[in-house]
Amino acid sequence: MGNKLIELQHISKIYDGHKVLDDLNLYFNENKFLTLLGPSGCGKTTTLRILGGFEMPDEGHVIFSGEDITSLPPNKRQLNTVFQKYALFTHMNIAENIAFGLKISGKSKTYIEDKIKYALKLVNLDGYEKRMPDSLSGGQQQRIAIARAIVNEPKVLLLDEPLGALDLKLRQEMQYELIRMKNELGITFIYVTHDQEEALTMSDTIVVMNQGYIQQIGTPEDIYNEPTNAFVADFIGDSNIFPGIMLEDKVVEIFGVIFPCVDTGFGHNRPVDVVIRPEDVELGAPGAGTVDGVVSHLIFKGVHYEMEVTACGQEWLVQSTRMYPVGEHVSISVDPFNIQIMNKPESEDEEAVVLDV
Amino acid sequence: MYKKSLSCPFLIWAAAFIIIPLLFIMYYGLTDKSGSFTMANLMAVATAEHSKALFLSLGLSLLSTVICLILAYPLALILSGSRLGKSGFVIFLFILPMWMNFLLRTLAWVVLLDTNGVLDTILKFFGLKGMKIINTPAAIVFGMVYDFLPFMILPIYNVVSKIDVNVINAARDLGANSFQTLYKVIFPLSLPGVVSGITMVFVPSLTTFVISTLLGGGKILLIGNVIEQEFMKGTSWHIGSGLSLVLMLFIIVSMILSSKYDHGEGNVL
Repeated sequence: MGNKLIELQHISKIYDGHKVLDDLNLYFNENKFLTLLGPSGCGKTTTLRILGGFEMPDEGHVIFSGEDITSLPPNKRQLNTVFQKYALFTHMNIAENIAFGLKISGKSKTYIEDKIKYALKLVNLDGYEKRMPDSLSGGQQQRIAIARAIVNEPKVLLLDEPLGALDLKLRQEMQYELIRMKNELGITFIYVTHDQEEALTMSDTIVVMNQGYIQQIGTPEDIYNEPTNAFVADFIGDSNIFPGIMLEDKVVEIFGVIFPCVDTGFGHNRPVDVVIRPEDVELGAPGAGTVDGVVSHLIFKGVHYEMEVTACGQEWLVQSTRMYPVGEHVSISVDPFNIQIMNKPESEDEEAVVLDV
Repeated sequence: MYKKSLSCPFLIWAAAFIIIPLLFIMYYGLTDKSGSFTMANLMAVATAEHSKALFLSLGLSLLSTVICLILAYPLALILSGSRLGKSGFVIFLFILPMWMNFLLRTLAWVVLLDTNGVLDTILKFFGLKGMKIINTPAAIVFGMVYDFLPFMILPIYNVVSKIDVNVINAARDLGANSFQTLYKVIFPLSLPGVVSGITMVFVPSLTTFVISTLLGGGKILLIGNVIEQEFMKGTSWHIGSGLSLVLMLFIIVSMILSSKYDHGEGNVL
């Protein structure tokens, strides 16, 4: 357990009568990579802007190292931001961009020069001092934006979808770069993204948000393997989400078929949501599994095949390295450990609407 | 080929009304009445009367450009800062006078500034000493600023409003206060608009003769008036053309200076 570095207490924010954040409570520990993950409009960027000081919450407090900084302007905060579209100063060269914050805080010339060298090395762009931002590729500009932020030695680096504008290959490279930089710098990264893969790859902790509410906080493994509700299950990775009835402990009925599972404590005949990851659906010869079905779609995805199997009048998404052609009769079985049972949402507020993302 | 043929009407227009007249001016400017080559028409600017008019023109244009800049820059900042619908209406207010005829707007100032005019009467009504602004250089500057202010505001507004909010946020984030953000980031980024605005105010101010005729009462001669008189009062087309060429030189120099800073973004009009 690290120390609480920043804490958000009862934060609410309203735009044009629409509540973007509602009574948000969250804290960030030192030296962690934390990701705010959610679809657009879930309030993740607003949360980041409140942390950076670009936005004032309508209610609530921002506590930094035990001090209330809610009304402090951005230039007085010990954190720096890397913006989505880089936001470099196009009228200055790379060295001047990186030196911007240091010059304002009145650092000595030699200190600034050393820092520029160090920062460019950190982001693998040695020798770029005299170049202009326009002459750099998107990925390079983003590295400069990171360099410009970290030379000020912030305790926290805020990153607002920094890889959003980059192509896939570069994005994956930068993910590893960011993890390396975070470990070298030993500071807290707070990262905002809508890309679940990015979040799973880099984070120590993921905060899944939707419609201004925190849906789940946990390690990437927790979030993927034990989603707390249908929204999280659907948002992180592919999944089959079926309505089911928990007949008794360790027995769940889906579309009239009984599946053994490992969950207990839901009581008798309780309606629940059942999540089964597509890679956990096992196909076999007809009659060999729990229920029989017919393959209705087949796509080759490279690492595996993705199939849709119609069983009990429902489409089951299946990922397997073995191919079953369309029209083939198969059986479906699921390891009890791989069946995730979730309570149905109780209130309107908790209702996690599944958005198209 | 298709595209080239489309530009034909304009090319004919340009040849007939821009290039050929320009050649005529050059011909008249560089010859005397007998048609032989001379530099005397260009040198005519050196006479006391002409050079006084030229320097007065330069001075008044410079002054009105500076006043326009001082008025326009903060306004452009405020307009671009209020990002929501309101700015549209304020901009409309500034463009509105531009739709009205230039002569009408200048004539309105004659009525306002005249002795026993509107301003004078109001001041006298409150027991103050009446102001005699009409027929002074101040009245001409008044007219220039009023007529050309929108040409300063629009290019600056156009550039400033295109500056990414996050670039300004980044400056704040890196520790700059509002003033540092203004002079280290916003102002340098808005330079193309400023230069464009300066050109669009300075050049028409330098060449105007209507404003000086109406608000200067014919007593204050700008270089534009001198040239007009050479042509209209029939004194000498040759000297008029020679002076025009000299004036053109000043305009070309100011255009070259501005194009060094202007990367095209500020050209809105």
